[in-house]
Amino acid sequence: MRITGKKIKPATVAVYLTVIVVTIIMLLPFAWMLSASLKLDRDVFAFPIEWIPSHPRWQNYVDIWTKIPLALFIYNTSKLTIIVTLLQLLTSSFAAYAFAKLHFPYKNTLFLGYIATIAMPWQVYMVPQFLLMREFGLNNTHLALICLQAFTAFGVFLMRQFYMSIPTELCEAARIDGMNEYQIWAKIMLPLSKPALSTLTIFTFVTTWNDFLGPMIYLTKTELKTIQIGLRMFISQYSAEYGLIMAASVVALIPVLVVFLALQRFFVEGVASSGLKG
Amino acid sequence: MGFETSTKPGGKLVTLANPALSDNRADVKAPRKVRVVSRRRRRIENALIAYSFIAPNFLGFAVFTLGPILFAFALAFMHWDGSNPIEFAGLDNFWRLFEDRAFIDAFWNTIIYTAVSVPLTLACALGLAILLNQKIFGRDFFRTAMFFPYVASLVAVAVVWNMVFNPEMGPVNMLLYTIGIPPEDLPGWAADRHWAMVTVILFGIWKSMGYYMVIYLAGLQGINSELYEAAGLDGANAWQKFIHVTLPQLAPTTFFVTVMLTIQSFKVFDQVYMITQGGPGTSTLVLVYHIYNEAFISWDLGYSSMIALVLFLLVLVVTVVQFRRQRED
Repeated sequence: MRITGKKIKPATVAVYLTVIVVTIIMLLPFAWMLSASLKLDRDVFAFPIEWIPSHPRWQNYVDIWTKIPLALFIYNTSKLTIIVTLLQLLTSSFAAYAFAKLHFPYKNTLFLGYIATIAMPWQVYMVPQFLLMREFGLNNTHLALICLQAFTAFGVFLMRQFYMSIPTELCEAARIDGMNEYQIWAKIMLPLSKPALSTLTIFTFVTTWNDFLGPMIYLTKTELKTIQIGLRMFISQYSAEYGLIMAASVVALIPVLVVFLALQRFFVEGVASSGLKG
Repeated sequence: MGFETSTKPGGKLVTLANPALSDNRADVKAPRKVRVVSRRRRRIENALIAYSFIAPNFLGFAVFTLGPILFAFALAFMHWDGSNPIEFAGLDNFWRLFEDRAFIDAFWNTIIYTAVSVPLTLACALGLAILLNQKIFGRDFFRTAMFFPYVASLVAVAVVWNMVFNPEMGPVNMLLYTIGIPPEDLPGWAADRHWAMVTVILFGIWKSMGYYMVIYLAGLQGINSELYEAAGLDGANAWQKFIHVTLPQLAPTTFFVTVMLTIQSFKVFDQVYMITQGGPGTSTLVLVYHIYNEAFISWDLGYSSMIALVLFLLVLVVTVVQFRRQRED
């Protein structure tokens, strides 16, 4: 077999060139971050940039754990994120099943209430929410943040959109076979909604893990703080220790990267099928 | 289903009235009436089942979201510092808006931020989605790379951004310097009153573009390929296909993206807080930042709720106008 010199179209070259340049712009800050996390502070701003440090300073990754209680912050954030994500998946898919497949009085009114709050900026009601939590004695507790983030209208909306695309005949057949509604939800709807559940997982995980304003308002005790607040604290305390700041930033990014890479193949599918496209 | 074994008087009739068990309906004295009762009970039972599905989410949602929203609207007409008794303020907080220089700056900065960042993000997202909808080598990698800034922690990437765009030592200005821009003409980025908003906008586009690209990709995949074939038979070139097939077919997606982007940009806070803290001066002060300051720094809860109400009305007006326009199209 002979490889014939295929003529490369200029349009193809332009496409690749654009895509590669944009990708570099998108990823360069992360590359810079990774590179700086392995440098001495005085080398961080050296120009031209030494992308792969000749003497990588791994010590930065050791020091960050002792300078601030990073492990504790990661534990707190993981705890919050996992609880919120699980609650969100459970209660959203549960409520969405009723909105998509069952009939009951005031269904449309209730659903309209959900929709209306999606467009409402959180900042509009963050103050009364804060006062309410204070009234309940929940300030400086993780429970406050869980209550805040576990019951979103967005989750119900997203899951309902997906369930609407599942044929109702499937549920009716199951009813005739003697399944009750809870069984239909658990044995038919949940297994079918993997793309939507993955989409909601990515959204919730990422939002909760990266949330900054919520923990900043509710958590003032160091032992309760999350990684984002910790990172922010670290930045203001060690503002000139660029290498350390970058190392801590890299650590804060890893869990999100892992979840995202694990679930991302469901993501486009989920966005497409749940009607998020409008 | 449970209610066949009713313990109520006349339970036997109810049992027999169940359609599934009604072989000997002739024995039943007044089947009609009883069946009506049982149907009603079934309806109630079904409603209760449905409510039991909704309850876990709805209770949390009502207490922690719906309630505070209503409270927020009421607070806008009150004076309160969070500890002393609440006083009715009437429209005091409203009139104060017009004398508050910071509010007026924040209002216009929010409008400018939205007017610039929404069309730019939209165009970038659409352009990228079209490029990455083609069968090119490494497509999945490119898609993932574009999306990653969206999921990355804002605190972490904002720090990098601040360092990379550092006016004195950052690699961006170093690069501009080496290609021949004199030091006095180098942009001051976040530290410069005229460049601070540009810095915040560039950061916002970089961070969120990938998300809207994914939504556009989903939209593109929903377009029937026969439309392109038909256009091709009519002799349309790539540009004409884009104008006459892609854009009209994507109209619902564009509508959705525009609404989402507009709402998001009215709510911009985190990136301002991390990059410029509203400054220098009030050059990047936005509405939410002002709300935050009035609420959690000055503890002027009534006034901060009034600004929040303005923000809400702004979002509402823009959304309604966009929905109207969508319907006219």
